[in-house]
Order: sequence, then structure tokens, then C-alpha cells
Amino acid sequence: MRVNGIASPLPEDPRTLLSDHLRHQLRLTGTHVGCEHGVCGCCTVLLDGKPVRSCLLLAVQAADHDVTTIEGLAPDTAALHPIQQAFHEAHALQCGFCTPGFVLAVKGLLDEHPDPTDEQIQEGISGNLCRCTGYANIRKAVRLAAAAR
Amino acid sequence: MKPAPFEYHAPTSVDEAVRLLGMLEDAKVLAGGQSLVPLLNFRLARPAHVVDINGIPALDRIYERDGGVAVQALVRQSDAQRSELLQKLCPLVPEALKHVAHQVIRNRGTVVGSIAHADPAAELPAVILALQGSVRALGPGGTRDIPAESFFMGVLESALAPDELAVEVWFPAFTGPHGLREESRRHGDYAMAGVVRAGDRLALFGVAPTPVTADPNEPTRDLQPSADLEATPGFRKHLITAMTRELFAA
Ligand SMILES: Cc1cc2nc3c(=O)[nH]c(=O)nc-3n(C[C@H](O)[C@H](O)[C@H](O)COP(=O)(O)OP(=O)(O)OC[C@H]3O[C@@H](n4cnc5c(N)ncnc54)[C@H](O)[C@@H]3O)c2cc1C
Ligand code: FES
Ligand code: FES
Repeated sequence: MRVNGIASPLPEDPRTLLSDHLRHQLRLTGTHVGCEHGVCGCCTVLLDGKPVRSCLLLAVQAADHDVTTIEGLAPDTAALHPIQQAFHEAHALQCGFCTPGFVLAVKGLLDEHPDPTDEQIQEGISGNLCRCTGYANIRKAVRLAAAAR
Repeated sequence: MKPAPFEYHAPTSVDEAVRLLGMLEDAKVLAGGQSLVPLLNFRLARPAHVVDINGIPALDRIYERDGGVAVQALVRQSDAQRSELLQKLCPLVPEALKHVAHQVIRNRGTVVGSIAHADPAAELPAVILALQGSVRALGPGGTRDIPAESFFMGVLESALAPDELAVEVWFPAFTGPHGLREESRRHGDYAMAGVVRAGDRLALFGVAPTPVTADPNEPTRDLQPSADLEATPGFRKHLITAMTRELFAA
């Protein structure tokens, strides 16, 4: 599997979840884990460019695929990705626990709908839970990121 | 919480998958994993073997056959939702898919997996029942088509034998009056109750151990929904009556 563009060995035990493999073996702890049954969205990563739940994927299933985590989204260490920048500017996070999942889900949303309607934004973030912000600023960040494209 | 140990198999053809299913004791098919992996994570399922079908090439086609549309086992729900063929010939299917979980889940979850999983509160089993579609199963004895009416046996229980692989599902073309209504506490959740219309046919979900067909004029006759934290049986029946009226008024 390639993680953020770098070839990476697979875990030995096939029951290792991709989320755990990223966090424990690769030390990419930006992928957060909340519920481990697909409900909270914190663990969202990109698999071949599309957002998926890393807690519902066995790491071995990512063999021969590209995985992008929140650490691999920005072009370099100096600049944020436009979606990250928009979250920063719109104050779309408080504790930040949900943020990596939101950012990657929004990446998928904007790839599919570069100029999303309010309804598409609502729909696109409905699979991610945030216990802090009340979502208003997250919606604002999505609009900001779409405009910045 | 993590899955209990299992042996992992990744066949590269349907024949190899069926051979493995016939040979191995206590094996589970892994498709999109959006229902199976949560069960593994909570150790509610502890299969000895997992047969991952995701590496089988050319099993992700949506194509026309026998006056309808066949959807193969690796078609993701999000791709089916966007399929022009389904939109043209079986528009009820993409419409129903909007109600299945969330986009990120649909990117991985399969149409066939949702039907094989036979969750009584799921949308697609009720849709295939309303449309009178069928499931094509491949086993050691060959292929058989199982009509939707005899496919759903109980809660998470289907007519598939443990050594059978559902290779595709088939929906007859239908562009007459159709629709789906459901009520859930939060958007994207499984429904407390739902109704599907295909012409004069009505199927209900979330109100019995399997999806069931019903008389549109008397949709709650003989219905005994269960109670849980979200809804009482009476409320579920009320929802069915109200949503059926709405659906057939259109
Ligand atoms: C947060 C969340 C919310 C959800 N909300 C909804 C919802 O509102 N409505 C809804 O309908 N679903 C919902 N789902 C479930 C989702 O639609 C699943 O994708 C679907 O139920 C199962 O499809 P899968 O491809 O992921 O199957 P898997 O999880 O891989 O498999 C499910 C079961 O079916 C069997 N199976 C799968 N494919 C085959 C095959 N080809 N042949 C034989 N057996 C097979 C497996 O062995 C397993 O027992 C939700 C899931 C999550 C995580
Ligand atoms: S940890 Fe994966 S969705 Fe909650
Ligand atoms: S910022 Fe705290 S959970 Fe979203």
C-alpha cells in the first residue's frame, strides 16, 4: 500500500484495521478513532482519492491502493491545503477531534461538486459528527473552500 | 474493540471464491464491509475465515438483461446512485440509495451486500421486493436465481446458503409511479419505518423481521412491529399509514 505517496508494508495480522495500522504502526495519529463502527466519521481517509472509513477497512485490503491521510493532504509543510485553510479561517473547529475526518469528507464532496448547493453541503457533511461547533462554521468553511478553488 | 482472529482469503475469481466458501468451515464473504466490519469490531461476528471478494476483476458492472438491470457484487452504492442505466430504467433504485447511510459509507458499501445482509430496516431489500427483482447466486451446484419474495428469511437471514456467493442482483425495468418514504430520528440512520411504492405494489421496511409487501389500502393489516428506544409499535403503524397515504396520493 502507498500511504501519502510512500510505499509501506502491510501488517502481518489481517485483522488489523486500517485506522489502527495508520495510528499504531505508521504513527500517523492525525487519523482519529471515535466509534469504530462507521458512525462518527473521525477516521475518514482517502482510498484512491475517495473518502472511506478507515475503521471499516482491513489494512490488508489497502494493498495496491493509495491511502491519503490528513498528514498527506497539504502540498508541503509550509502551507495548508485550501480546505484546511478554510477551516482555520472560518473557525470551523474547537477541540479538533472531528476535524481530520471532516476535512477529508469535504475533499470528497468538493471533488464531486466543486460548487455545492447548501443541500449538497448539508448532505456531504451529514456523515460526520462534531460535538463542539454546531456545524454552522463548518458549512461556512466548505463554502469558503469551494470559493478558493 | 477489535476483530477476533480469522484467516484472510482474497480470491481473484468468482469460481475461486465459491470453491473457498465450499471448502472452508465458518467463512464469511467480505464485500464493502460497511455492515460486516462493525460486527467484527464488536465481535458480534467471529468467523474463522473471511473471504474478501474485492480483488475479483470484472465484477463491478451494471448492465441490461432480461428486461431489467443487473448490478454485480462489487458495484458500490455510490456508483449505482450515479448510474445512467439505473436512472433511466429503474429510477427507484438510485432514489432509494439517497437514503442509505451517507456518501462516505456508500463509496464502499455495495448494492448486493446490502441485500445479502438482509437488514429488516434497510432500504434496498424493500426496493427489490417491491420491484419483484431477484438475486443470482453461484454455489458448488451452479447458478440459481432467487426471487426477492423468497430471499428474505428473517433478521439478517437470507436464502443464500453458506457456500453461495451472490454474484448479482436484478431489478426489472420500472418507470411507472414509484417512490420511497422513511422516517428516522437522524438523517442517514436506519429508518424507524419506511414504505416503498412500485406501481400498485407496496413494500414496508423497519416494521417486521424482513421487508414485507402490503395492501396499499390497508398497509398495517396483520402488522406487529416491535418496540425499541426510538419508536413504539403504535407509532410505527401510524408512520406506515401516513407515509403510504402520501406515497399513493402522488
Ligand atoms: C454508519 C452506517 C450507517 C448505515 N446506514 C444504513 C442505512 O441507512 N440503510 C442501509 O440500508 N444500510 C445502512 N448501512 C449499511 C450499508 O448500507 C452497508 O454497505 C450494507 O448493509 C452492506 O453492504 P456491504 O457491501 O458493506 O457488505 P458487507 O458489510 O461486506 O457484508 C454484509 C453481509 O452480507 C454478506 N455479503 C456481502 N456481499 C455478499 C455476496 N456478494 N454474496 C454473499 N454474501 C454477501 C456478508 O458476508 C455479510 O454477512 C449503514 C452502515 C454504516 C456503517
Ligand atoms: S471511528 Fe471510524 S467512523 Fe467512527
Ligand atoms: S471540534 Fe470538537 S468535535 Fe468537532
